[in-house]
Amino acid sequence: MIKMEHVSKTYQTGMPALSDINLHIRPGEFVFITGVSGSGKSTMIKLLLDEMKPTKGRIFVNGKNLAGITRRNIPYFRRNIGVVFQDFRLLQDRSVYDNVAFAMKVVETSNKKIKKSVPEILSMVGLAAKYRSLPKQLSGGEQQRVAIARALVNQPKILLADEPTGNLDNPNGWAIMKLLEEINEKGTTVVVVTHNLEFVEKMDKRVITIKKGQIVSDKESSEEF
Amino acid sequence: MKLRSIMYSIGQGFKSIWRNKMFSLASVATMTACIFLFGIFFSLGVNFSGMLKNVEESVAVTVFFEKGITQEQKDAIGNDIKARTEVSSYKYVSGKQAFDTVIKDFYGGNKELAESFADDNPLADSDNYQIFMKDVSSQQKLVTYLSKLQGVREVHQSEAAARTLTDFSRLISVIFGSVIIILIAVAIFLISNTITVGISVRKEEIAIMKLIGAKDSFVRAPFIVEGIVIGLSGSIIPLIILWFMYKNLIVYIASKYQFLSNLFKFVPETSVFKTLVPIALILGVGIGYIGSRFTLHRHLNV
Ligand SMILES: Nc1ncnc2c1ncn2[C@@H]1O[C@H](COP(=O)(O)OP(=O)(O)OP(=O)(O)O)[C@@H](O)[C@H]1O
Ligand SMILES: [Mg+2]
Repeated sequence: MIKMEHVSKTYQTGMPALSDINLHIRPGEFVFITGVSGSGKSTMIKLLLDEMKPTKGRIFVNGKNLAGITRRNIPYFRRNIGVVFQDFRLLQDRSVYDNVAFAMKVVETSNKKIKKSVPEILSMVGLAAKYRSLPKQLSGGEQQRVAIARALVNQPKILLADEPTGNLDNPNGWAIMKLLEEINEKGTTVVVVTHNLEFVEKMDKRVITIKKGQIVSDKESSEEF
Repeated sequence: MKLRSIMYSIGQGFKSIWRNKMFSLASVATMTACIFLFGIFFSLGVNFSGMLKNVEESVAVTVFFEKGITQEQKDAIGNDIKARTEVSSYKYVSGKQAFDTVIKDFYGGNKELAESFADDNPLADSDNYQIFMKDVSSQQKLVTYLSKLQGVREVHQSEAAARTLTDFSRLISVIFGSVIIILIAVAIFLISNTITVGISVRKEEIAIMKLIGAKDSFVRAPFIVEGIVIGLSGSIIPLIILWFMYKNLIVYIASKYQFLSNLFKFVPETSVFKTLVPIALILGVGIGYIGSRFTLHRHLNV
């Protein structure tokens, strides 16, 4: 599903953000990526989204070598990946419903399908009742649910979450983690970047730890995969 | 792109225009000024070139023959003239005809007076070809060519008139061209500014669209719509103003300065606008499209 072979990334500034990363994430896995600030976690997410190219090495996502994806085909490639960010990144001038519908409009889905899918996904994340609210009328946890709904509404095979609980208090953070686990149980591959070790320890998932751009440990979940 | 996406982009384009009203308005106003001036230049140009054509048609080069050449030689010269591409028409005028014209012009066809010259035509040797030009600017070339022909005694031309007219029309074209180019540049600049503001307002939205998997064309479309709508409004408004102005102005000038209507005829508004409308619309849409396309490329790389 996701494979990195000897991947290095050095920014223009010269400091290597990632060096010689090798990893393999199988379909249906739930993986935590953890490490201190500046260790290269977001860089990894950006590489997986083909927002930038690695300096060295090869990356495969959904069986596709990213080096071979033309500019024209990047949009189609991204439609298989949902992303969630720490700061939610919702459109402030649009309602909950419209934020989620936006993701479908952008990939040119029919209105009929939009009308059917958006309420479904909103009730899945527990926001069916608030579909008309604006983002600023919601709590942080609720806003992140909207962002998750938006990421999932096009039914991607992979969900990437970069610090999804970074702006949330503990109970809200836990609720989001449980939601991500639920999504994973329905078959989506989930990669969660976090430095909240409480979640990492209690959830018993595979944990990849990065330090200064290198993988220093890759611990499988105790339950057999 | 799918139809619903086109509809969505048009909607977003109008929303964006509305969202930054002031910039859109400034762009439409500049475009209006640009196309308006273009229209004025165009109408002037059409009328002036009509006038120039009149003059050109009446400017003649006259070729006189050497004494005692044969009719065959004259015909040969005639054929040489005919072969020149800058010549629109030519005619043979005999000394007798030339004389009659002079008599008619000077003595008002007074037969008696005329007859006193009858046997003693001073213009008896003035058989000539009168040549009318297609294009005054090549007159000098023709004159040089003709003077070298065998059997040609003298070539007369209305040199000054020809040169003045050519210089004048060249000057007009240069001024016309430069003003239009400057105006187009200003219009593109302003539309580009409007689009830039539109992009910066929607920066986050665009970033999200790209992450979700929107195609470049989908990201671009609303801004292209915005540019084209501004360009189109900026050409339709001045066309309407110009139409009424032109129509009323030719009536006004014709009634106020009647002597002008003897000199030349105004080109009627329908035939001016038959060409002006498509040019202005294409210009408007083109400027809007180029302005937004160029800006998108610079700021979004899409
Ligand atoms: N656009 C960039 N240009 C230059 N250097 C960058 C850029 N983005 C990140 N870096 C550097 O690369 C390294 C890794 O950054 P990255 O954002 O991947 O860290 P991170 O693990 O996500 O940190 P955090 O937990 O704070 O989000 C850091 O040293 C950072 O300063
Ligand atoms: Mg980060």
